[in-house]
Parts: sequence; structure tokens; C-alpha cells
Amino acid sequence: MRRLAIILAVIGSMTTAALAVQPDEVLDDPALEERARDLSKGLRCLVCRNESIDESNASLARDLRILLRERLVAGDSDSQAVNYIVERYGEYVLLRPGVNGVNWLLWAAGPIMLLIAGGAGVMYIRRRSMSAAPLETELSETEAERLRELLKE
Amino acid sequence: MILALGVALVQMVLPMVGAAFGWRGWMAVAEPAAGAQFALLASAFAALTWAFITSDFSLQIVVANSHSAKPMIYKISGTWGNHEGSMLLWALIVALFGAMAAWFGGNLPDTLRARVLSVQAAIGVAFLAFIIFTSNPFARMAVPPFDGQDLNPLLQDPGLAFHPPFLYLGYVGLSMAFSFAVAALIEGRVDAAWGRWVRPWTLAAWVFLTIGIALGSWWAYYELGWGGFWFWDPVENASFMPWLLATALLHSAIVVEKRESLKSWTILLAILAFGFSLIGTFIVRSGLLTSVHAFANDPERGVFILMILAFFTGGALILFAVRAGTMEAKGVFGIASRESALVVNNILLAVACFVVFVGTMWPLLAEMFAGRKLSVGPPFFNAAFTPFMVLLGLVLPVGAMLPWKRAQLGRTAWRLRYVFVAALAIGGLVWAMQTGRSLIGPVGMFLAAWLVMGTAVDLATRTGRGQGRLRRLFRLPRADWGKSVAHAGLGVTMMGIAGLTAWTVEDITVAQVDVPFEVGGYQITLRSVEELRGPNYLSTQAVLDVSRDGNFLVTLTPEKRMYPVAQMPTTEAAIDQSFLRDLYLVIGDQQTSGGWAVRTYIKPLTVWIWIGCALMALGGTLSLSDRRFRVAAGARKTRAVPAE
Repeated sequence: MRRLAIILAVIGSMTTAALAVQPDEVLDDPALEERARDLSKGLRCLVCRNESIDESNASLARDLRILLRERLVAGDSDSQAVNYIVERYGEYVLLRPGVNGVNWLLWAAGPIMLLIAGGAGVMYIRRRSMSAAPLETELSETEAERLRELLKE
Repeated sequence: MILALGVALVQMVLPMVGAAFGWRGWMAVAEPAAGAQFALLASAFAALTWAFITSDFSLQIVVANSHSAKPMIYKISGTWGNHEGSMLLWALIVALFGAMAAWFGGNLPDTLRARVLSVQAAIGVAFLAFIIFTSNPFARMAVPPFDGQDLNPLLQDPGLAFHPPFLYLGYVGLSMAFSFAVAALIEGRVDAAWGRWVRPWTLAAWVFLTIGIALGSWWAYYELGWGGFWFWDPVENASFMPWLLATALLHSAIVVEKRESLKSWTILLAILAFGFSLIGTFIVRSGLLTSVHAFANDPERGVFILMILAFFTGGALILFAVRAGTMEAKGVFGIASRESALVVNNILLAVACFVVFVGTMWPLLAEMFAGRKLSVGPPFFNAAFTPFMVLLGLVLPVGAMLPWKRAQLGRTAWRLRYVFVAALAIGGLVWAMQTGRSLIGPVGMFLAAWLVMGTAVDLATRTGRGQGRLRRLFRLPRADWGKSVAHAGLGVTMMGIAGLTAWTVEDITVAQVDVPFEVGGYQITLRSVEELRGPNYLSTQAVLDVSRDGNFLVTLTPEKRMYPVAQMPTTEAAIDQSFLRDLYLVIGDQQTSGGWAVRTYIKPLTVWIWIGCALMALGGTLSLSDRRFRVAAGARKTRAVPAE
């Protein structure tokens, strides 16, 4: 299946060379077009390797772009139009995964890690700064012993 | 050639065993062996390059990646523009660093040097075995064909010709930090001297990595034809994660060197940084994650690299777990101090790296454990990664000015008050000038101004007061200059990214010949479209005149190229670069109406992204050339003796 997709992608990129969004796709209403561009940047081209349909030259991406624009012209809101495509092509098309199910872990990973690391950092720094006073004034038993040994040598 | 590789392999195993047992005579083998290994690999690599130069089509990879009509520079770069050759280059660089450590490491204690070299050799052995067993670059063709299949045309570009060697120098340079870390763990001793030895290697690796990533992103900018500079592609992330960790390592090694704290953390970072280099290799080679520019997908190779990865990272981490306890930190410092600031730096960089890592691996994890097939793309990374960089930029100027040990946060911050106000003013001005919407522009400009001016203040305060300040400014240690230049470079890059992201103007239109159209204040006229022949491609070249307010500015010639041998088209954007904005033109297909599709971007401040990267690399190089590293030997010995 994936091999087929790659072959398709190669063929797709061969037939239509240079541009992603073709001039004939552009909507007349600039506000609507801008919405379409923003949305298509967040949708994945299914036959490509990690490109959004906004960047892709593949014909499938073109079909999706046109489909998206049709929905917007028909009066769909942004989320309605995106949901329409997600329903047909699956969650895989979303480049920005939604915060649902296990995905909250993905989104929370950074902040959680920051809290953990920050906590550890604060503890470390505090420990180092607290140990300042005793360490500077006196040596521990073993250290004192070691010092005596060293002085003897 | 295979014989040469075999000999190299044998010669590496000997010192490794010898050093492991710590016998003096055996340890002495390490040095000449490192040199010999490098010489043998260099000759193997030279032979492969020669095969490419002379288009020797009896070799499989030459057939697959070269063509007799290809320009010379790409014949040479074709040597590493493929899986087998690049792995050989990788092994060569491992050997190069090993040999350099042997040559310049005269001031290292014998056991430490032997262990470093043996760990380095172990890495070399693993990768050589990998090359020989799964991807032999010298595999022959039974019947040599008449001509080759050409290098992927996207890779036929000066930016990319030099991108892999730099990147590999960076990746593999981190192996030195790794070797030092493992050697220190075996040795059970990490002290200021260790930090001093590790830092130049890390710094060099970091400089190369910076240049490599910058070249790659510059290439993506003008070659992929829609003007993006960073895609958050798995392969890009693979190079970016080691960079983030190397940056962290660079900073924490300073703490080890100057204050003998953060030791175990630094060791861990060194292990992880190289671990991420290996993970990067694994991601790129295994085809586990789909990517625009993965060029070798083979499960068998993937498994092999995974084994190498598991062995080295896992082994080192176990060693770390066992030995970390023996490393007692010495330095003591207050809550507000340079040390704390560097801890904050490390936390932010490590967490940012973690975010990139989770994002990169998430599609895989979600599919394996939750059965969901999903994508994690640029919108996620932009949202999840940027805040950490903003935070980092915010604390950087203050942290960089804090003195060691014990500082007063208020006093340092007070010195920066004018700069802060000025930066705020710039951000506010930008906020007022733009037509609303995005926060990226103002915040980016604020951070850029804050960073650049903050480092200037830092330099200025270092010169002290009174007469001869200018002279003292130039006589500051190069490390100080390096630090300031690199930090300012980060600010400059942030400015470029913010400008590009926030204020790009884009237009797609059907252009008729000699009918002007207007984009963002520029009048653009398509003059002609011609068919041309390059050395190994056919080209459709458009000629466009650009003017502003009736004054002619420049003629741009974007191209569409077709490489007949590889059966691949590429777009060659035409870019008019200036310090304020890039004018970026791409030509598309001819329309049924007779006109041509033309895509125009006006991208403000874009050049500064790479100027900033260049500044960072320059800063690193300046620090590297600091006297301190060159005279480290004598200074260390005198200090190390009384400490014993």
C-alpha cells in the first residue's frame, strides 16, 4: 500500500511540475481564498511524503484543495469544511492533531516535561546553594581524614 | 578496497581490547591505529570519489547515482549523495576525529586517551560492520551499463553538495563528546580538566552542525520552490534534536569546566546528544517515518542501525546509571548565578528537544499503541516548540550577564533596563505598524532587539570604565566575543524567522507576456519564456522584469528543469535578495489561455535567518580559537598537581 502511494506520488509530481496551488483554483473572494489557504496548510497530502496539500503538486492534493474550496463556497465554517474532509480521509490528513484521546499526551508532553525538569532544576539549584554554608566552614569527617593523609605524604 | 576496510576493522579491534584491559603497551597501540584507520578509510573514500569522477559504471552506486553528463562538482558530491557513500563518509569522519584526538590529545592522561580512542574505535567498528554487511559501496555490477541513472536532481545543487559533509562532521563530532563521556565514566573521574577537553570537540561539532543545518534550510528555501525554510520534517528534526542537545551540552560543559558542577548531567547530555545523532541516522535510513528527503529505505539496514543505537546509547546509559553516583559535584553557587542561568538554558533546550522528539515519534507511537493513524505536522511544532524558544530568548541576555557563584539578579537586570525598554519600543512600534492579526512579528522583533542589544551591553560592561575602553573591547578573550556573536546571531535568526513568518506576501497569477501585474507594490512583467538546454537537463526559463514605482529594479529568470535521465522535474526559483526583503519568483505551467502561471512571494527579512546562523557559527569558531583551549595543557597540569 505504501509503495503504491510512493509510486503515485512520484507519478503525480512528474505530471504536474512546478506549482502547488494553480491559478485556476484560486477563489474570486480574497477573504474566502485566504481562509482556504490557511486551512489547506493544515491538511496533509495523502500520497506525498509529509507535505501539506497547500505545498503539494500531486493531483490528489489538487482535488482536495478544490474540494475544500467548494465546501467553503457552499458556506461551511472552517471546522465544518475540515471535518468534511477528515470524515472522508481519516484523521491522518490533519497535520495538527486534535486534542482528543491519547493525543492530549502529545500536547501536554512539553509543558509536563518543563514542570518536571523545572522542578528538578529548582531542587538542584536550591540544594547547591543551601549546601554552601556548611561546606565552606568545615570538612566532613572523611574529608578531614583524607586531608590529614595527604598532608602526611 | 574491501580488503582495506577489513584491515581497518582489524586494526581497530586490537587497541579496543588493549585499552579495555588497560595495559600500557596495548594502550599505546591506540594512537597509530587511529591514524592507520583514518588513512585506510581515507584511501577507500578517495577511491570511491575517483570512481565517481571517472564515472566508473562497474560500481553499482555510481550507476544509480551518477551520469557521465553531470557537472564535475555533482559527480564529486554524488559520492556522498547516496546511502552507501554517505555511510562511508560517516565512518571516515569517525576515524578522522579519532585520529585528531590521537594527534592533538598529547596532553590527555594516558588511560583517558586510550579509552576515548577505544570508544571512538568501537563506534567506527560498528559502522564499518554496518557498511560491509548491509551496504557495501563497492558492490560491482555484473554487466556494467553504458551510462548511469543520474543523481536525484534535487540534490544537484551547490547548497546541498556541501550540506551532508558539514552535517556529518557535526553528528560525528558529537561522537567525540560521547567517547569522552564514556571514557570518563569508565575512569570514574570528571573534573574541570575533563570539561576543558570536551568543550572544543563539542564546540567544533556544534559549529559544523549549525552550518550543515543552515545550508540544508537554505537549500530547501530556494530549491523546493515555495519558499519555506523549515518543514519540521522527520529528517530535519533528526538533525535539529542533536543540535539542541549539543547547544545544551556546550553550555553545561562550561559549568563543568569553570565550576565543577552539573557533572553527571553533562555526561548524560553528551550520551544523549550522540544518541540522538544515531536516532537521526536511524530515522533517515530506515524509512520508518516518511519524509521528503529520506533517500534509503531498507528495513534490514534499519534493524542494524537500531542495534548499533541500542548498544551504544543503552550501554552508555547503563554505565551512566551505575557510575553517575561517583561523581560528586564540587562547586557551590547561589540561586541567582551564572550556574543557575545555565541550568535554565539546559532545561529549556532539553525540553524543546523533547517536544520535537515526541512530535516526531508520535505518529509511530499512536499507531502502535492506540491504533490511530495520524500526522504531526508543522502546525503542531510551531505551536508547541516556539514558546520554549521565546522563553529562552527572554532569559538569555540576563543569564549571560550574571556572574558566577553568587549574583544579584536585580543589579544585572538593572543594567539591561534601557535595552529592555528599547526592545519593547521596537516591538510596540512594529505592533502598531502592522495591520494586526499576528503576534509573531512584534514578539520576534522584540526578542531580536533584546538579544542583539543585550549582548552589546554585556560586551560593553565587560570592558569596565574609564580610559581605553575600546582597546580593552578588542582585547577581550575571544571566547567572550564568540559568546556575544553567537547569542546575537540567535537573535538575528529569530528576527528573520519572525519577518518571514509574519509578513510574507504571496500571489499566484496567470501572467500574459508583456502584461504587467502588481504584487505588494512591485510591478512585474513577463517578457518571454524560452526553452534552454543545460549540461544534463532541459529547462523552461521565464524572463520577468520587476520594477517599483515605475523604476526598473531587476530582471529575474525562474526556471523549470527536466532531468531526462532521472525523469524528474525541478523548479529553480529566481530570488532577488536584499537585507530588507526577498523577492521570490516561481514559474509554473503554461495555461490553456496562453499565459503562464507565476507565483510571487515577497518575504521580508529572510536573509537574516542565514546571516544569524552564520553569526552563530562564527561565534562558535571564535570561541574555539580562544587562547584558553590552546594553552590548556600547561595551565591544567600546574593546577591539577596540587589538587591531587
